[in-house]
Amino acid sequence: MQVYLPIAEVSVNALMLLGLGGLVGILSGMFGVGGGFLITPLLFFVGIPPAVAVATSTNQIVASSVSGVLAHLKRKTVDLKMGSVLLAGGLVGTAVGVQVFAALARLGQVDLLVQLCYVVFLGVIGALMLVESLRAARRARRPGAPQPGPRKARGWLQMLPFKMRFRTSGLYISVIPPLLVGAFVGLLAAIMGVGGGFVMVPAMIYLLGMPTKVVVGTSLFQIIFVTGAATVMHATTNYSVDMILALLLILGGVIGAQVGTRIGVKMKAENLRILLALMVLLVCGRLALDLVLEPAELYSIAEARAGR
Amino acid sequence: MRGRLLALLVAVLGLGAPAGSETVVAGLSQEAISITANFEGSEILIFGAVRRDAPPPGAAPMEVIITVQGPSRPVTVRRKDRRFGIWVNTDLSEIDLAPTFYAVSTTGPLEAVLTQTEDLRHRVSVPRAIRAVGTGLIDQESFTEALVRIRTEGGAYQLNEGAVRFREETLFDTAVHLPAALTEGDYLTRIFLTRDGEVVDLFEQSIPVRKVGIERAIYTLAQERPLVYGLLSLVIAAAAGWAASALFRYIRS
Repeated sequence: MQVYLPIAEVSVNALMLLGLGGLVGILSGMFGVGGGFLITPLLFFVGIPPAVAVATSTNQIVASSVSGVLAHLKRKTVDLKMGSVLLAGGLVGTAVGVQVFAALARLGQVDLLVQLCYVVFLGVIGALMLVESLRAARRARRPGAPQPGPRKARGWLQMLPFKMRFRTSGLYISVIPPLLVGAFVGLLAAIMGVGGGFVMVPAMIYLLGMPTKVVVGTSLFQIIFVTGAATVMHATTNYSVDMILALLLILGGVIGAQVGTRIGVKMKAENLRILLALMVLLVCGRLALDLVLEPAELYSIAEARAGR
Repeated sequence: MRGRLLALLVAVLGLGAPAGSETVVAGLSQEAISITANFEGSEILIFGAVRRDAPPPGAAPMEVIITVQGPSRPVTVRRKDRRFGIWVNTDLSEIDLAPTFYAVSTTGPLEAVLTQTEDLRHRVSVPRAIRAVGTGLIDQESFTEALVRIRTEGGAYQLNEGAVRFREETLFDTAVHLPAALTEGDYLTRIFLTRDGEVVDLFEQSIPVRKVGIERAIYTLAQERPLVYGLLSLVIAAAAGWAASALFRYIRS
């Protein structure tokens, strides 16, 4: 069943998009990740223009994050105050990111920027995750070995001004680090079309020293608003959000997420993380190959769109 | 007999345009093309007839060339080169106007049925339909060639030699396939009647291609009220996320 996407201006198979959303949904349900970092490159591979893929996947992330944060709010595992500080930084980062994106689109370098960001981030995160999960798997086989707890926030962080009390997280720290973390994640959301959870979650645990149980809910809370803002800004500056594409991805995604959660419960956590790490590295490798190998077609066409 | 003599006389003396004696009348199978949500491309049938006021002049066979042209847009063609070990867009060429869709269908090889001069005058062949002037690049040619190559691979540019068939002596028809990725606008159909590579008569008709229904609504909203459109996308996404979690909670309980 072909469907014509009004903004992307291409005709694609609706079932394939539903399947794509479903697949990413299953993975995000299994691993507890947003899946933006997988959906955007997959959309590139099926021929959606990169600008539309990035903008539309921010919209898709809103849907999956709303569904996740509701569960966390009910369990009271969202630090709203910390989330708001992260959000304030995030909005600034997103605004900058969307402008950078638009400027590079004019220069014809946006594909390169997006691909490079993906290769670098997926490579680093995938490698770290693989090493960490392999070590955890080895530890699990030798019981009795000490479990490393989350590190305490480092000394220099305590020296920064503008301290604030975050009751839910049990922290009394400067607002500067969370603002910077938020801004960085916002930048990534706008440029890469990801939620940024894969950067924010480790930063919250290791840099800010937040308790693990509030980390996921709080990051989801921030992601909703940052990706929401990114969607609106992409729609107004780049006219590149495709509603039909988003709807198909969301539909597949929410169903897939439920299935994925069931599968995830049945699997061992360490094995799950090794799998995820391998998958991240696989996507990274494919994108890196595209950059390094001589492309079959050296030329590309960018058409001035109507109405601009 | 007298008529043929007269025609010969006219041809020899070069008096009067030959256009008066043979004209082409034609029709299209569709009045308009609508891009709907499940648009998968379309096919237009073009049929026509040659009307003669006088018997056919000379011995040269009658040939027909049909072109279908979509709206033209400026296009930027970029070329990649290896920099620091990776492939990066380095050179670019702005092409002033290139049709988003262009199909040429003929009764025979294009060089045989149309002279270079006539091609230049009427901009019939694909390279002539593209307007690229004064970009200052030495190898402008290769950028234009790349544009034609990429669009030909995607089905946007077509050269269908021999696709126009004569049914009877003066009746002809052809079918032109329009791909799914169409740009909105008026698609101009031109039918050239040629003899000896010279254009004897020309018939033109345009066919509008429009997005309709939900496609139209979404596209217009996104272009004219981007803020409303962005917010609406958000509301839909949030509602879908909430509905999904509510639904699955209901199923589980």
